[in-house]
Amino acid sequence: MSRRSAFVITCLAFGYAFLYVPIASMVVYSFNASQLVTVWDHAHSPTLKWFGALLHDQEILGAAWISLKVAVANATGSVILGTLAGYGLARFPRFRGRFAFTAMTTAPLVMPEVITGLSLLLLFVTLEQTIGWPAGRGIGTMIIGHMTFSMAYVTVVVQSRLATFDRSVEEAAMDLGARPVKVFFVITLPIIFPAVLAGWLLAFTLSWDDLVISSFTAGPGSNTLPMVVFSMVRLGVNPEINALATLTITAVTILAVGATWLTARARRHAASAAA
Amino acid sequence: MRRLLRRLEGTRVSSRGLVVALPYLWLIAFFVAPFLIVLKISFSHAALAIPPYKPLVVWTSRSVLEIRLDLRNYLAMFAHRLYGDAFLNSLKVAFLSTVFSLAIGYPMAYGIARAGARARNILLLLVVLPFWTSQLLRIYAWVGLFKANGLINETLISLGVIHQPLTLLFTPFAMYVGIVYSYLPYVILPLYANLEKLDWQLVEAAQDLGCRPWQAFYKVTLPLSRNGIVAASMLVFIPATGEFVIPTLLGGPNSLMMGRILWDEFFSNRDWPVASAIAIVMLLVLVPCMMAYLRIQSRGSDS
Repeated sequence: MSRRSAFVITCLAFGYAFLYVPIASMVVYSFNASQLVTVWDHAHSPTLKWFGALLHDQEILGAAWISLKVAVANATGSVILGTLAGYGLARFPRFRGRFAFTAMTTAPLVMPEVITGLSLLLLFVTLEQTIGWPAGRGIGTMIIGHMTFSMAYVTVVVQSRLATFDRSVEEAAMDLGARPVKVFFVITLPIIFPAVLAGWLLAFTLSWDDLVISSFTAGPGSNTLPMVVFSMVRLGVNPEINALATLTITAVTILAVGATWLTARARRHAASAAA
Repeated sequence: MRRLLRRLEGTRVSSRGLVVALPYLWLIAFFVAPFLIVLKISFSHAALAIPPYKPLVVWTSRSVLEIRLDLRNYLAMFAHRLYGDAFLNSLKVAFLSTVFSLAIGYPMAYGIARAGARARNILLLLVVLPFWTSQLLRIYAWVGLFKANGLINETLISLGVIHQPLTLLFTPFAMYVGIVYSYLPYVILPLYANLEKLDWQLVEAAQDLGCRPWQAFYKVTLPLSRNGIVAASMLVFIPATGEFVIPTLLGGPNSLMMGRILWDEFFSNRDWPVASAIAIVMLLVLVPCMMAYLRIQSRGSDS
């Protein structure tokens, strides 16, 4: 038994090193003064100059602003569609077209992005030709494209939350005369709210990071942050990107640790209230 | 009372329709319908026009509606070795990446599932964190590691293992590392979800009956986690087949992957019909995989 534990622990150590060494290297090199990124400049490092350069790079800032608008709109739209879909799948075990619906909410999770992106673009072009909408491509078409795959993730999150939902509270509200819509907004939604919020953040992140679907559905002048980063990275390593990576990782870590801490605290409160 | 119940039933049916209708229509309009358009355009041919392909349906002068299905794109797939090679190579890369990801991810998921409650939460958080960080930036990190004067070469040279920097960037090796690295969280999470629910008493029973730990693992744990393994495999295999970013940044300009070829046909050659035909051929292989994944998922939610 102990031999296997040693094996498993070795695998865990190796696996986590594999996951974190590249991330750590980016963070460390973002404080390197040398333009060559991976050659450490002992005389002038650590430095914050790449963070300064990043925050004065108009192209990056403009792209980040577009990405932010797309990500917020996408997350909000995806949460509405995904919560409806997740609720429908969790609560209605049988309805006509359920299998097709399940397939449609699952497929975007695994579909190669080049295929989704190409098909969305061809749809937009065809629609523009036949009914004149959408007139050209830009932020609007990108939001539609992002929502189509993001809502699938929200659906999974909401559906799995509802699978472990204690329905007696809803039934009690029904017995007291609340109509189904009221029960949903007053009882169900507040209880599943953490899952909905997690879905919103997930949809935001998916959109913020997306390169391929954005590239197909973007129009002239609506380059997102990943599109700008990709064209910079294609030309080689760039210290500004390391600074951007450090900022991203810091934000994600604060959010994730904060969310974990909040849920743990809520659970402790619930436990002490029950006792 | 009975009338009231019947009325309740009635409202529930109609609200049920309304709840599902919006996402249902959205997905039909923006996910299913586009594939029909891709299929249609794959039977067209590139032309100097806006949009850059020939129409399939043409009104000829004598009020005859002509539908032209141009098969050249599909025939070209068989005629040019480039497409066939890229196609087989994509499947090979996706398959091997799946195997490598499982080989690294399974022991990790197993270790997390068997850890204590407190450690488990931290270990899971550490798997999820990279998943929330931009994939593009994480692939970029490997560019810095694999470069001729990157961290790996510098370390190996300073240790005296090698004297000349190794060519790591723009190799198949770099591409495999990138794919396994990107998709590792997608492997660990479903495997963990599966192993967490596993009834470990069965494993103990097998050991009590004389199985050695490895035998108990092979005969009990592994078969019981089959659904998790299939789900994890599909989450890597299907998207990896059409991967574009990783082959471009780590595999280099000559990496033969379908996702890259589709991208180049579309953006560089502006040949929309050929790009569409590539997408259709990929779908022919990937849709059965998606169905397998779907079957596992719906079985999991029923039980």
